[in-house]
Amino acid sequence: MVQITSPAFKQNVARALADAGLQKALGKAKGAFLQRRAEAVARLPEFEQLRNIGRDIKNHTLANLDFYLETFAANVERAGGTVHWCSTAEDARAAVLEICRKAGARTVTKGKSMISEEIGVNDHLEKHGITPVETDLGEYIIQLRKEHPSHIIAPAFHLNREDWEADFRRMHTDLPADRVFNERRDILTEARTRLRDRFLAADVGITGANFLIAETGSSVIVTNEGNGDLTQTLPRVHIALASIEKVVPTLEDATSLLRLLARSATGQDFSVYTTFSTGARRPGDLDGPEEYHVVLLDNGRSNMIGSEFQEMLRCIRCAACMNHCPVYGVTGGHAYGWVYPGPMGAVLTPSLIGVDKAGHLPNASTFCGKCESVCPVKIPLPNTMRHWREREFERHLTPAAMRRGLGLWAWFAKRPGMYRMATRAAIGTLSLLARGKGAFRSLPLAGGWTKGRDLPAPEPGGTFMARYAKMQRGG
Amino acid sequence: MSKDAILSAIRRGLKRGPLPADQRAMLDGRLATHPRHLIPARSRVPRPEQVALFVRNVEKEFGSVARVAEAKDVPGAVADYLAAQNLAPRFVLAPHPDLAALPWSDRPMLEFEARRAQATDLVSVQHGYAAIAETGTLMLPSDPARPTTLNILAETEIVVLRASRIAGAYEEAWDLLRAERQDATTGGFMPRNVMLVTGPSRSADIEQTLELGAHGPRRLHIVLVDDDPAALPAS
Repeated sequence: MVQITSPAFKQNVARALADAGLQKALGKAKGAFLQRRAEAVARLPEFEQLRNIGRDIKNHTLANLDFYLETFAANVERAGGTVHWCSTAEDARAAVLEICRKAGARTVTKGKSMISEEIGVNDHLEKHGITPVETDLGEYIIQLRKEHPSHIIAPAFHLNREDWEADFRRMHTDLPADRVFNERRDILTEARTRLRDRFLAADVGITGANFLIAETGSSVIVTNEGNGDLTQTLPRVHIALASIEKVVPTLEDATSLLRLLARSATGQDFSVYTTFSTGARRPGDLDGPEEYHVVLLDNGRSNMIGSEFQEMLRCIRCAACMNHCPVYGVTGGHAYGWVYPGPMGAVLTPSLIGVDKAGHLPNASTFCGKCESVCPVKIPLPNTMRHWREREFERHLTPAAMRRGLGLWAWFAKRPGMYRMATRAAIGTLSLLARGKGAFRSLPLAGGWTKGRDLPAPEPGGTFMARYAKMQRGG
Repeated sequence: MSKDAILSAIRRGLKRGPLPADQRAMLDGRLATHPRHLIPARSRVPRPEQVALFVRNVEKEFGSVARVAEAKDVPGAVADYLAAQNLAPRFVLAPHPDLAALPWSDRPMLEFEARRAQATDLVSVQHGYAAIAETGTLMLPSDPARPTTLNILAETEIVVLRASRIAGAYEEAWDLLRAERQDATTGGFMPRNVMLVTGPSRSADIEQTLELGAHGPRRLHIVLVDDDPAALPAS
């Protein structure tokens, strides 16, 4: 189970900034995502129109969510599957365990699923004598390291190649200790060989779901490795874990969203495997699971409907927001302290675990707006974070020093004359202190800022208002 | 119990009770007509260009394509590909009547069994139901004649696809499935499993650097049978 460390966000960040390995990994990985997404978007002139369509499909579904969930469930059952409605993480864990027990399961293979992290299903199974095996390459090493994903589509975003090699040597002790990993491919091949037997031996396969389709009662997974397909095809029982907002009405709706998903996530035009599962093995089929279950999780989402956080339920988990976030880019995902990092996590986490625990996250944003500008379903992330800041302030969860600071600022802000005078004085002082240099490396009372970055010194020419007035005069 | 709790929480949020009959009927209508949204212009081109776009996209995604004039040329194309890749001429074949009807005896070196795939199978030859030019994607619905294991267990997957089955956009491929399939057990058109496959298996989980050959096939080869005169390249 993911321990919640969001309340210690500031300490987490300090640790992350000082972690040389993490900083190396972040520095290496970040540019790749941005460039690949930009190229994929450039190849599809209709991308912007598709973002509006994606937003509208999700809005239509959320406005009729009860209808589409009931339709989905009825169609799953028509196709010979079972839907388990679960209000809480505990309900969902119990449902999964019950299915595994009935199947007499000893080992369970798993495709990548963030819901699985959210409900902590691995620990629960282990506690009851069932071995879960993560099969997505990134999730596999995370499980070896007893860590949690630091990114929603690239779980091992925080690791370097050296970490992979060291962990594989440490854990795969039956292989020669002096074997050489010449290329990344050698690491991949070792994992492939290792996991093949696990796929074949598993009694139950658990996957997530990128979409649920009401029209057909299908769950959809999107992968590049093929591990999700091995997981859901070979064992006798397939369980798809999905949260309620994953449902869309039709195949056509899912298709439009799929055009956005891979491009926004990995910068591919389409992922390698997009697989639609509908019920259990049919008469005459030579393979496929004999049982098909959907564990449908609420866990606080239904409370977001009708609130200022409803728009967050449009999220299709592409991770573009975190890939483009300047804060995520230096802290990595673990600092956020729970399952969902980055801007989407800053909005979703307080909804799911409470703003009292996750209040730091919506504050960890410069509101640069990049996340919203790349979101494939146009979630107004900064504005929604602002709603959390307001709630936090209203509930008096904001620290006293910050409240006093905000109070002081508000006093000046309501008195424009005083405000201008104060900013003029501040700029004058800072300019004097800067002595012509462009930035401060350190500054008394601003150590918290200058420890991590330089503070730009004011440019000559006075305050904005002074320069504006001068411009109006034609100066 | 959870079901009622979840549905009533949703309705509370939406500030309404269960949908009235007329609105349900409207939504049922939307499901029945499943309207299409915007379809990108890139695939809305004449047939020869559609097929060319498909081939280009498969190759962009690290797959390969061999075009043959007639179905009878497929065994030769399979044998040549396996030889060129230095692979043994042995494979598991999808138990599909179209594939069974091919003149395999023209290439007596080829050994195969028609069945589902096992972990020991190195090469599979699958029947391609349809394909999507937009992104070079194969549509492989499960069926007694088209087992899913052929798409995931072998190191090398060869798919026999007829050019007449290449659609422009995903939506057109869904319509083929809607029109052609009727499942006796469920009454619906969806088979247990539909895989949309775009290139061979890969992972970028190590330092966000792409490597081919994760858990699925390392190679994806398409033998494209030019059965559609309208789709032939202009000569």
